[in-house]
This record gives sequence, structure tokens and C-alpha cells, in this order.
Amino acid sequence: MNISAVRKILLRSLLLLPVVAVTALWAANPDELATLRKSDIAVDTEPQRMPEVENKDVKRTRNYPMQPPTIPHKIDNYTVNLNANKCLSCHDRTLTEQSQAPMVSVTHFMNRDGNFLAQVSPRRYFCNQCHVTQVDAKPLVDNDFQDVDSLLTKPE
Amino acid sequence: MIKWVKKTWKIAARPSVHYSLGFLTLGGFIAGVIFWGGFNTALEATNSEAFCTGCHEMEDNVFQELKTTIHYTNRSGVRATCPDCHVPHEWTNKIARKMQASKEVWGTIFGTINTREKFLEKRLELAQHEWSRLKANNSLECRNCHDLDYMDFTVQSARAEQAHSTFLASGEKTCIDCHKGIAHHLPDMEGVEGWSASAQQN
Ligand code: HEC
Ligand code: HEC
Ligand code: HEC
Ligand code: HEC
Repeated sequence: MNISAVRKILLRSLLLLPVVAVTALWAANPDELATLRKSDIAVDTEPQRMPEVENKDVKRTRNYPMQPPTIPHKIDNYTVNLNANKCLSCHDRTLTEQSQAPMVSVTHFMNRDGNFLAQVSPRRYFCNQCHVTQVDAKPLVDNDFQDVDSLLTKPE
Repeated sequence: MIKWVKKTWKIAARPSVHYSLGFLTLGGFIAGVIFWGGFNTALEATNSEAFCTGCHEMEDNVFQELKTTIHYTNRSGVRATCPDCHVPHEWTNKIARKMQASKEVWGTIFGTINTREKFLEKRLELAQHEWSRLKANNSLECRNCHDLDYMDFTVQSARAEQAHSTFLASGEKTCIDCHKGIAHHLPDMEGVEGWSASAQQN
């Protein structure tokens, strides 16, 4: 490495200095931080009780038509891996008569080229990538989502 | 040799001169109790989780998986151990299962599942043995703890109530038909009744 290369590196890292300084200042002021801990990092806080998963089997309103519906029941210990898919033991096309559960949507049989397969497409196999259970808990962050219907009916 | 047997038999067959009938009956009874007790104690010793997990095949695979399920830890603190689910409580069934268990000793000596890979390869077969056993005895082990007669459907979740009040109550299905994999991880379920295609590429 020659001298000019070293000088170049030094100069470049000098350019970074303001960024480092600002970050350090910001970190020094805990009020400014977006944190969910709400207490000093050195303090052991009492963990909150874990809220229970809603298990009422009642469908919830979707916030927009393409929203993957949320799961209205608990799924404790339901296996979804390479070997087995417990969700499909009720929601599979051939198994809904016994379970009386809704069949997975037809979109789940489509591959990425839009062709329909005989079975659930591999890209839709891992249910929990899109579908989640819900708990009765206070949201951690505010949410100002507005339903499209409320926007449409809003007075000018 | 034959002579000796004959002589011994004669002594045994001869009515006792020295001991009263009462003593002999009582003695026989006590000896019986001791033998029976010893037999049962031996049976009990092999009927504990510590015994089962003494073999690494059981300890490293199925036991570790059991620990994450409701049958190991739950809100009521009542748990199921290996023999609760795998060794029938009824006496005749108990012996039958123990005879089958000699297969496991064989398996240990010959290392049929002595590595994780071998175990996973054989898991479907082993699981199928358990499923058909539970199917054949109408899930006897489950029912030793979970008695349908005392299930209060009104406090069960809606899906449980729906399934139990129909297919279970009518006897059309038994616990293991709907509750596979409640205690351990599952093998590839492709083709098993009540399960859809798995994601394994064969
Ligand atoms: C001597 C070591 C050893 C002990 C102790 C042991 N196992 Fe096993 N177990 C094995 C082996 C090895 C196999 C696999 C046998 C085979 O290859 O078929 C097995 C298989 C099994 C299976 C599958 C049975 C089947 O029909 O395929 C069950 C269930 C099981 N064991 C439960 C238990 C329980 C419950 C206990 C305690 C009462 C226990 N084992 C104690 C070594 C052991
Ligand atoms: C030693 C007694 C015992 C045996 C044997 C037993 N269970 Fe359980 N089972 C329990 C206990 C205890 C619970 C947890 C109860 C609670 O706290 O909610 C439980 C819970 C369950 C649950 C509820 C799971 C949940 O998430 O709520 C199912 C399903 C179940 N058992 C099925 C079975 C099946 C199937 C078998 C037979 C293979 C079986 N049990 C054998 C004692 C047992
Ligand atoms: C026709 C299928 C079916 C059969 C047969 C069946 N169950 Fe269930 N069971 C279910 C479903 C579905 C649920 C609720 C969802 C879940 O936990 O997977 C359930 C839930 C449970 C629960 C938890 C209760 C709750 O409120 O969620 C227990 C305990 C249980 N079953 C035990 C048993 C036992 C023991 C047997 C045999 C005597 C049995 N089940 C037979 C389908 C069945
Ligand atoms: C709540 C009941 C229950 C308990 C407790 C339990 N098992 Fe199992 N076991 C089962 C069922 C049911 C199967 C059949 C396969 C399945 O559905 O996962 C099984 C399968 C097995 C198998 C065959 C391989 C497999 O995974 O399918 C072995 C080996 C085994 N159990 C050993 C044990 C040992 C050892 C313990 C104690 C550490 C134990 N089990 C505790 C219910 C139970």
C-alpha cells in the first residue's frame, strides 16, 4: 500500500465523522429513542403477562379484500414443516367435509406462472408466513390505518 | 437321572408328616405373595420414564421432543410419562407389550436407530406401529387419563366440541385418528390418512 492510498482512506473516514458524532449525541438522549422497553437498559423489568390467543372461531373483518384472513383459533403445537402440515388436515380440499373448516383459497393452488396445480403450491405451503393468530392486547405502536370504505364515504 | 427324578417326585407327592395343612397353605400363600410381588416390582421398574430414557435412542430423540408439548408441562402440572402412553395399564396387555419390547433390546444391540439419521429414517415405521396399536385398542392409553364420559364439551373450544360430539362420541374415530404427533415430532405424513401432501420432494 502506498502513501497516497493510506491518505485516501484517512480522508474518507474523516468524511464519516459527522455521522458518528450525531449518532453518539442521539444515543446519549434516551427520550429520543424509539423503544418499547420504556426503562433503562440496566434495570430488570417485570415482564408483562403473556396475553392469550383468541380462540373463538369467529371470522374477523378483513381490512382490505386481499388481506390474508387472521386465524380465529389457537394453533399451539400445530406442526407445519417439511414433513407435515397440520393446518391442511382441516383446510385441505379433501378434508373440509369432516372438519367443516373453510377450504384454502384457490389462489393457493396457483404457481408463480398462474397455472393451477393439483395440490397446494409450494409457495403457499407455509401457512404462517401470511396467516397469524391474534391476541387481545393493546397495540404497541399507534396505527392510523383507514378502511377504504371510510375514505370513500368521508365528506369532502 | 430318571431314577433321581422319580425319587424326588415320590418325596414331593408324599403327604407331609411334619407340617400341618394349615401351615402349608399359609406358607404357600406367603411364598405366592412374595413371588407375585417380586414379579410386579420387576415390571414396575421397567415402567418408569427414567428406565426408558436410559437408552440414548429414547433420550436424544423422542424425550427431547416431548419436553415442548402440553404432556410435559402445562397449567395444571399433571403430566404424562412414557409408560403412560406406551405401556398399557391392563395386566395382560402389559405383558404383551413387554414381549414386544424385547425387540427394542435387539434393536439396541444391533443399533437399528443409534444415530439421529437412522432414527429419522425409521421413524415412520416406528410411528406406524404405535398408531396401529392405539387404533386397535381404541386409544386405551389416552383414555386412561382422558375419559370421554367426563369430558365437558361446553368448556371445550368450539372446534374440539364439534369433533368430539360427532366422530368421537359415535365411535367412528378414536383419539389417535385425529391427534397424531401430540407428543413427538412427526415423520413424513404424505399418504397418511387425514393428512395432506407434505412438502418433501421425493
Ligand atoms: C435398551 C434401550 C431402550 C430402552 C430402555 C427403551 N427403548 Fe424404546 N426403543 C429402543 C430401540 C433401539 C428402538 C427401535 C427398535 C427397532 O428398531 O425396531 C425402540 C423403539 C421404541 C418404540 C417404537 C416401537 C415400535 O413398535 O416400533 C417405542 C414406542 C418405544 N421404543 C418406547 C419406549 C418406552 C415407553 C420405553 C420405557 C418403558 C422404552 N422405549 C425403553 C431402545 C430402548
Ligand atoms: C398421564 C395422563 C395422560 C395421558 C396418558 C394422555 N394425556 Fe393428553 N393430556 C393430559 C394432561 C394432564 C393434559 C393437559 C391438561 C391441561 O392442563 O390443559 C393433556 C392434554 C391433551 C390435549 C390438549 C392439547 C391442548 O393444546 O389443549 C390433547 C389433544 C391430548 N391431551 C390428547 C391425548 C392423546 C391423543 C393421548 C393418547 C396418545 C393422551 N392425550 C394421553 C394427560 C394425559
Ligand atoms: C374427529 C377428530 C377427533 C377425535 C376422534 C378426537 N379429537 Fe380431540 N380434538 C379434535 C379437535 C379438532 C380439537 C380442537 C383443536 C385442536 O386442539 O387440535 C380437539 C381438542 C382436544 C382437546 C383440547 C380441548 C380443547 O378445549 O381444545 C383434548 C384434551 C382432546 N382433544 C382429547 C381427545 C381425546 C382424549 C380423544 C379420544 C378419547 C379425542 N380428543 C378424540 C378432534 C378430535
Ligand atoms: C401423551 C402420550 C405420549 C407420551 C407421554 C409419550 N409418547 Fe411416544 N408416542 C406417542 C404417540 C401417539 C406416538 C405415535 C407417533 C406420533 O403420533 O407422534 C408415539 C411414538 C413414539 C415412538 C416412535 C417414533 C416416533 O416418534 O413416532 C417412540 C420411540 C416413542 N414414542 C417413545 C417415547 C418415549 C421414550 C417417551 C417418554 C420420554 C414417550 N414416547 C412419551 C405418545 C406419547
